[in-house]
Amino acid sequence: MNLRLTINGKEVAREVAAHHTLLEFLRDDVGLTGTKECCAEGECGACTVLLDGKAVNSCLVLAVETEGSAVTTIEGLEKDGQLDPLQQAFIDKGAVQCGFCIPGMILAAKYLLQENSNPTDAEIKQGLAGNLCRCAGYSRIIDAVREAGRAARQ
Amino acid sequence: MPPVNNLKDDKPKWVGQSLGRVGAEDRVTGRQKYAADLRIDNALQVKFVTVDCARARIIAIHTEAAAAVEGVRCILTSADLPQPVPKCGPAYDDRPVIAVGETRFHGEPVVVVAAETEDAAELAASLVRIEYEELPPVLTVEAALDPGSPLVQDHLQSNVLTENHFGWGDVDSAQAHCIVENDYTFPMVTHFAIEPHAFIAAPDPDGITIWSPIQHPYVLRRVVATALGWPVARVRIIAPDPGGGFGGKGWPKVEPLLAFLALRVGRPVRLVMSLEETFQAVRRASAKVHARTGFDADGRIVFQDLEANFLLGAYADIGPRVVSKASYSACGPYRAPHARVVSRALLSHTTPSTAFRGFGTPQASWAVESQLNEAAARLGLDRVEIRRRNVPAKGEEFIPNENGADGNWIESLEKAAAAVAWDVPLAPNRGRGISLGLKSSSTASASFALVRLHHDGSASVLSGTSDMGQGARTVFTQIVADELAIEPDQIVVVMGDTSVVPFDSSTSASRSTVFMGNAIIAACKHVQEQVAAIALEVGAGAEVPYEELLRAYYGSARGEVIGLGSARSAYVPGHPLGGKSAFWEMMAAAAEVEVDPETGMVDIRKLVLVSDVGKALNPMQVETQDEGSAVMGLGHTLMEQLLLDSHGRIRNLGALDYRIPTIEDIPAELHSFLIENEDGPGPSGAKGAGEGGLLSIAAAVGSAINQAVGVAIRDLPLTPERIWQAIQDRQT
Ligand code: FES
Ligand code: FES
Repeated sequence: MNLRLTINGKEVAREVAAHHTLLEFLRDDVGLTGTKECCAEGECGACTVLLDGKAVNSCLVLAVETEGSAVTTIEGLEKDGQLDPLQQAFIDKGAVQCGFCIPGMILAAKYLLQENSNPTDAEIKQGLAGNLCRCAGYSRIIDAVREAGRAARQ
Repeated sequence: MPPVNNLKDDKPKWVGQSLGRVGAEDRVTGRQKYAADLRIDNALQVKFVTVDCARARIIAIHTEAAAAVEGVRCILTSADLPQPVPKCGPAYDDRPVIAVGETRFHGEPVVVVAAETEDAAELAASLVRIEYEELPPVLTVEAALDPGSPLVQDHLQSNVLTENHFGWGDVDSAQAHCIVENDYTFPMVTHFAIEPHAFIAAPDPDGITIWSPIQHPYVLRRVVATALGWPVARVRIIAPDPGGGFGGKGWPKVEPLLAFLALRVGRPVRLVMSLEETFQAVRRASAKVHARTGFDADGRIVFQDLEANFLLGAYADIGPRVVSKASYSACGPYRAPHARVVSRALLSHTTPSTAFRGFGTPQASWAVESQLNEAAARLGLDRVEIRRRNVPAKGEEFIPNENGADGNWIESLEKAAAAVAWDVPLAPNRGRGISLGLKSSSTASASFALVRLHHDGSASVLSGTSDMGQGARTVFTQIVADELAIEPDQIVVVMGDTSVVPFDSSTSASRSTVFMGNAIIAACKHVQEQVAAIALEVGAGAEVPYEELLRAYYGSARGEVIGLGSARSAYVPGHPLGGKSAFWEMMAAAAEVEVDPETGMVDIRKLVLVSDVGKALNPMQVETQDEGSAVMGLGHTLMEQLLLDSHGRIRNLGALDYRIPTIEDIPAELHSFLIENEDGPGPSGAKGAGEGGLLSIAAAVGSAINQAVGVAIRDLPLTPERIWQAIQDRQT
């Protein structure tokens, strides 16, 4: 089937198999491998992208369902060579270890801050509860999100 | 821009600073390429076919329907391999590269399909029909010890693969005032790195190249070469940075099979495992520990009498080494005048157990630390005080003929107690616990490093270490920046290609900072020696920048200076582990918990960690390693456990049913402290770090729960059901 959508602000039109997920489409057909696959069943958040502004697990969305939508992946966060404040805060606060969970984590955090620019720690935890990290003790991730929120409000 | 000069400062400028992680930007932008992100032209996609139980006799394999699927290029069974089918493994050559005649664990590949697309491979795999007869499996410690059970590996006499006897003194005639005797169990758990395993194997003119997110590329090279019957020089391993390792990516698994497949089809083959398949590939050994500990009236340990049975899987993997190393230092960071440790590595029809952060020590520590807590209660002693009385002083030998205590360990204990406010009265349903953990480092290992000072004064470091999140690239950059007195942005650390980087034993046992760090320093010194000789020859002073110096020496040839360095921990023939522990990884953990007696739910209010690291070359990285390690420890302490059904299948296979700590499970307060007395053998007095955080979490939390609600549970994980049940049992 032919699929048209906008990915990171660019129009994309591609053939896609009807049973392929948005995750498979992004990684295998479009070649955007920044979005990661771990559980493939909606439990780990590694595959999180923004679909029409909302954070979704792209392993649970069929590619064909995204016809006409706008998708933002981790590759789309940098603007004019400048890191998004969230990306910068993850680096500065030491929230990145192996990095495999990080693209999903950042996009989930992006959505969280978009909805609530001044979240409490409890709200950050709630917002990222679906994103697993096996390297970190998570606390630096909370620091990073808090910091990015603060930077954005200023 | 490069402020090059070869005047090395005496005071380190970079080592000891929390330099930002090298590679962090690639990791926040999605540019970092993990194994599954690599695309190789012309690659076939691979899918394994397995049977639906652990142990089965294979009767027939029907592949006609699968072969008819469009795009299928190869369907491989054991019959297509050299006969007898090669066996290999990191410790023993005991694992056939594909199941032959009988499967030994659920998930063991029986048939391999290679096709032009993943869809075709999957479809074809689903159409392969394996006729088999299910056979009764061995799934527990008890069954593995029963001489009447079937043999997992039929050429052996029993399922006891190895049995170790360590000890000293005379346990049987030692006189104790109080003897504590209990059984402890530690569950089967899985690494659950967020990156599932992924591999590519491709024939090349020299032999074969394999991409694998492997922690020990040189071990993989050896194992693949052994399986193929080739010289190691013909095997090239490229190891992309792993997306989390924790030991689960340490040792070769299915790479030899993929090598045979690639050579057969004459094309690259690519396998991306699902998380479920990854669960079936690696795990931590479960264990049952029987502990009998004698104390004098003052709470001093008189003897330790331990029997530890570790349940390995169907093949040795590195399991026997896990068992011997963990049991060798099972008595922990304490004096024990008399000790007897018997440990066994047992085979079973389950996923092969492998290295996992802590390397068997958490299993032993759970028992030994809990014993101390019970003794303290019986003797009316404080749990910190009983430890104070048993911890060896710095320099004191606590295992005969082994390196003694290499730190002021009491300092760690006191710091942890103070940080958790040990003496402050507790609110109802709250409790505190404290524990120590001690792990030996790698023994008999070797690391080589090359440092290339280029004509423009920048440098490349070639190292066989893998950076799996611990931050080795960053620390190596800091070391070279100091040693060559150049800026970090002038340094590139190259890793993970055995055709490029020199030999390294492994990225394991928290050894890289110490051993590879020392090798890199030696390589830098080698560079400096040559630079000094060049300066002498061209008549330049030490202040002349490298670039000028090399131009004066090489002219337009733009040659470079190459330094070679190495470091090893000595091989000691006759030593039970092959060599002494170069350093001890020592951790004190203390927890405050609140338990809801109505539900058994545990809320970790505070968790503090104190690591004796000698010197933190990058404090933030050490702290975040410890924090992550501790939260991982909360996993096996509170929630994680692989459950098997009677067919030997993992019942909670996958992220939905196997829960690891989420961001909502972390302690309300989590603090990591470092003890830095610069008394380690590594750069600037560093010791290894990164595993310590989880060594003794279970005992600290278990003891805190006991204080909160008065139940001593000896089986992990400490689930709400178990705690609730224990509270009920106590009340009746
Ligand atoms: S891969 Fe999509 S949620 Fe885990
Ligand atoms: S940084 Fe490794 S999984 Fe999160």
